[in-house]
Amino acid sequence: MRNEIKHHMTDDLLMAYAAGNLPEAFDLMVATHLSLCDHCRARSESFDAVGGCVLQEQDASASMSDGSLAATMALIAQGAPKAKPAHPTCAVLPAPLQDYVGGDVNAIKWKPVGMGVKQAILPTTSEATARLLFIPAGAAVPDHSHNGIELTMVLQGAFSDEIDRFARGDVEIADQSIHHTPTADISEDCICLAVTDAPLKFSKLMPRLFQPFLRI
Amino acid sequence: MFTEIDTVTLDDVAAQHVVKSAVRGAKRFKGKPVNGPNKCCDSRKEWVDHVRRIRDAKDQIAFAELFQHFAPRIKAFLIKSGSDAALAEECAQEVMATLWHKAHLFDPTRATVATWVFTIARNKRIDVLRKQRRPEPEDLWWGPEAEPEQEDVLALQQETAQLRDAMAALPEAQRQLIEKAYFGDLSHREIASQTGLPLGTIKSRIRLALDRLRHAMN
Ligand SMILES: [Zn+2]
Repeated sequence: MRNEIKHHMTDDLLMAYAAGNLPEAFDLMVATHLSLCDHCRARSESFDAVGGCVLQEQDASASMSDGSLAATMALIAQGAPKAKPAHPTCAVLPAPLQDYVGGDVNAIKWKPVGMGVKQAILPTTSEATARLLFIPAGAAVPDHSHNGIELTMVLQGAFSDEIDRFARGDVEIADQSIHHTPTADISEDCICLAVTDAPLKFSKLMPRLFQPFLRI
Repeated sequence: MFTEIDTVTLDDVAAQHVVKSAVRGAKRFKGKPVNGPNKCCDSRKEWVDHVRRIRDAKDQIAFAELFQHFAPRIKAFLIKSGSDAALAEECAQEVMATLWHKAHLFDPTRATVATWVFTIARNKRIDVLRKQRRPEPEDLWWGPEAEPEQEDVLALQQETAQLRDAMAALPEAQRQLIEKAYFGDLSHREIASQTGLPLGTIKSRIRLALDRLRHAMN
């Protein structure tokens, strides 16, 4: 199941994730992919190792104040922060997404956007937008182009577009040069996580009417 | 993110004891130059045992030694990331407290202690300086029973030491750019040109460790 993923994260996204420089919505996308993909998890953790080396090189003469160790021990004595509930690993939504949704797929608060397509915007900082998309089996998401980067990852079912076919765990990375019409496989409804750092531009179907609903 | 399995609860009396003995531990250690700025000691394998001692025995001496080495570096790292000194100090303390509480989640076949501490410090920076949540992948850990192979632990430490040497040998300008990225000063678009880091070997090593871990989990 885990080794069937064909479409992975790019090095620059993984390095930015390790360095902690991504907008929250992109962090969520990367964390979700890493939960399903050990190939990228290993790549990501090797970028963490670079951070470890940077930390080791820091000048240790920026000394801590007197009593800082005692203060830390007092902090420890207050106990560990409350543990988050463990999520079942066989779920459709990997743990990081469940943290945002408050449960698995049946906890998603869908809003219809037309033609059977539904979406749920996830609460992240505004630099970028993360949304879950529901595409009914066999249906297409309207053709759209992008101002920025759009990452789409399949969580359930599969979709195909002009580029390739994408199944659970696969990430499609699209930039402004790409116009695409993702169409869900006929066999199963498709659920995706989509992240953009700019509003979508719809080029064909109901361009003006459709946009405000999908964007927010 | 992390799943807490055992929570540390100490009553007031015990807490007092913890503070006193840990401070004593730090003092006792001060005289010995074991944790000095000497590079060969920085990535030493023993830090792994320190974390293990914290996990298994709530060993405050081990913690004091880790604190002495890492807390100032975390503080320096956060200052370079844009924090003022007071906030950096406070955050460094919280990072070290997290290390104590999450010692059971540290996997020495996938990260050195320095790498692990970096990830905690980075998350603290995102939380405090960028005021943003940090989604993390699903936790994978050995659990209370399984223990990783010693040779895998050793191999990962060696790969990391080699990475560090390779980074030190990079042209100055490139190394500074990488540091800049890790201090949070480069966007992911700017990072796009930052390839050429020699990560092939360590990546394969971590992948191997993940496979073994998955095997142990099943
Ligand atoms: Zn991947």
